[in-house]
Amino acid sequence: GRGRGRGRGQMTFNVEAVGIGKGDALPPPTLQPSPLFPALERRAAPLPGGEEGEYMLALKQELRRAMRGLPYFIKPGAPRRDIERYSDKYQLSSPVDSAIDWNPDWRRLPRELKIRVRRLRKGRTAPLVPKQHVALDKEETIKKLESLEKKEEEVTSEEEEEKEEEEEGKEEEEEEYDEEEHEEETDYVLSYFDNGESFGPDSDDNGDEAVY
Amino acid sequence: MTQAELRLCSLLLQEHFGEIVEKVGNSLLRTGPRPLRLLVGDTGLLPDQVKKALCVLIQHNLVRYEAQPRGSVEYEARSERILRILRYPRYIYTAKTLYGDPGELLVEELLLHGHLPMSCAIARVADRLTETMEDGKTMDYMEVSSTFVRLADTHFIQRCPMVPDSPQSAKAPPAPAPALAIAEKDMYIVPRLNLVGKGKRRHSCDEEEEGEHKAKRQKQEGGSSEIPPDDGIYWQVNLERFHQHFRDQALVSAVASRMDQTSSEVVRTMLRMSEVTTASGASHTQPLSSNEIFRSLPAGYNIGKQVLYQYLALLADDPLEFVGKSGDSGGGTYTVSILWGELSIPGQKHSQAFGSRCARIFRLLLRKKHLEQKQVEDFAMIPAKEAKDMLYRMLSENLVSLQEIPKTPDHAPSRTFYLYTVNVMAAARMLLHRCYKSVANLMERRQHEMRENKRLLEKSQRVEAILASMQATGAEAAQLHEVEEMITGPERQQLETLKRNVNKIDASENQVDETIFVLESFIESTLRRP
Repeated sequence: GRGRGRGRGQMTFNVEAVGIGKGDALPPPTLQPSPLFPALERRAAPLPGGEEGEYMLALKQELRRAMRGLPYFIKPGAPRRDIERYSDKYQLSSPVDSAIDWNPDWRRLPRELKIRVRRLRKGRTAPLVPKQHVALDKEETIKKLESLEKKEEEVTSEEEEEKEEEEEGKEEEEEEYDEEEHEEETDYVLSYFDNGESFGPDSDDNGDEAVY
Repeated sequence: MTQAELRLCSLLLQEHFGEIVEKVGNSLLRTGPRPLRLLVGDTGLLPDQVKKALCVLIQHNLVRYEAQPRGSVEYEARSERILRILRYPRYIYTAKTLYGDPGELLVEELLLHGHLPMSCAIARVADRLTETMEDGKTMDYMEVSSTFVRLADTHFIQRCPMVPDSPQSAKAPPAPAPALAIAEKDMYIVPRLNLVGKGKRRHSCDEEEEGEHKAKRQKQEGGSSEIPPDDGIYWQVNLERFHQHFRDQALVSAVASRMDQTSSEVVRTMLRMSEVTTASGASHTQPLSSNEIFRSLPAGYNIGKQVLYQYLALLADDPLEFVGKSGDSGGGTYTVSILWGELSIPGQKHSQAFGSRCARIFRLLLRKKHLEQKQVEDFAMIPAKEAKDMLYRMLSENLVSLQEIPKTPDHAPSRTFYLYTVNVMAAARMLLHRCYKSVANLMERRQHEMRENKRLLEKSQRVEAILASMQATGAEAAQLHEVEEMITGPERQQLETLKRNVNKIDASENQVDETIFVLESFIESTLRRP
């Protein structure tokens, strides 16, 4: 029998060995999961204060703040609102596209990870003359017109960058949306251009291979 | 990987690198090493976003890659390295105490960027130091450079594995992923650079300077697009070496609390002498003769040789075996046993959680290995009822366990010994798991607090910005006061409370990380022991 009748509540081993004496009141059985915030029996030990503790605290918060500002912090794209508002043009959200904001050493990374690098504005203005073998689409044409326009103004030689760009291949192109927005003075904000590149499966995926 | 670790890694990635990197890291942590294709499919992100995230993770040594024989590249997340993000403040603070401000900033820059070339790191640090100096003064590269060299000599920073030099033949297609490698002996060699220069100050409202800088920078860009002299040589922080330093610190303070200041100085000297000669996983330092120790004691401690012998003898005889005598040459050689030192530390942590009496029982069980219920009461000198209560509580938390020793072959309960014992590894692991969970909870709570008060925080930031710009343009006190009034009294209270809470939570996170360090290194060194 399961503890009904004589000898109710007996265990298989001698409970005295574990220290439960005869006639000792055992705690009542637990009928519900333990509370979410159990009462603290003793207060937690005080936090270490002092110079070291304060300094590390300041360091920690400073680090957190600093890392949010670095290019390694990848912000998700701003959600597409249902209606395009006039104020969107003036909002300073960093243009989120598929460029990368810092210049890693591509020699140390697998080749497949290579994406184009967005040059940070530092006083340089002229974008590249796009190469002929690049497939022409609307953006290219506009860029070409702009660059021809700017070539008259700029004197800096871009030879070194051009060589680099050649090596990187046709996918890496300078796109300086924020420059164009401010310098163009048209109402056509170029980042609105959706030439359908990002729609649909990327050409990187092989449609032939089975998806596991 | 336990759930707690996964959750903590996830939170750390999200807080420091954003949600996209978090998603990619999560996928790698939960499902193991995989190629890019599967990652894209799994996370549902755009391929370019995943590539960006992987670049960031690899840059910071949080993910490693490996070229598979069939040409694809597999990526694997390094969970233990991700958890180290929690310890960054401690590394930076240690660098500050050892090498001053240049050291602190060098380590900070290397941690923020993952890895950097030496020239780049020195330039950045010099610029930052110049910012804080008085007008007209600049920080010279030489000083920063010498600190860099010292950091490398004491192994606190090390070189990253390098791209192999061998040129690819034109016919063979380039490998999908470079195989980076570096020899142990090359890791701390600083390249001979001729770094001349001073830190640059950033001028915010000086138009002429801007123009000048632009012109200079264009020239510099022309110059810097040449290959810098240390191209391809990157440096990273050597976390293991910092851990060794923390271990030494913990040992010294344990000795100090158990004995006295002078003996802790002796131990500290011994550890300092063997800093670079002890392999990171060793359980003992190399034997040091007492003559050597005598010579290396810091200048302020003029204790006689005899006194030193006495101290060493005391330390060697101590039952906790911090120091062991390993020979008699040169007046007796001694080693510091790193393992045992660590064993005493979980006992301390335990006492903080359960109370000092529980800690007494715990330490007793550690020493005597197995004890019966009655014996526990006797040895610990705790009344039976209390002892019972504590033992059961610890039992329910799995800190102690029961060992059955049958007297008869039929294991009859009335004729069996039941002994309490501590399974140290299990207890340590359990505590560690709890620590991970605590930190994750703390982080979530902190983020919750910030989210709840987001509106108020934004408002106060705006007001501060307005105040700053008004002060810069020279506004009157009345106007400033008016702007300050924009934040009402109760709102100020709320902000104060928020700040206090967030500080408390942050400080707690730091403290729990200290415990995590002790437990992790204990478990690691026990596993490594042959």
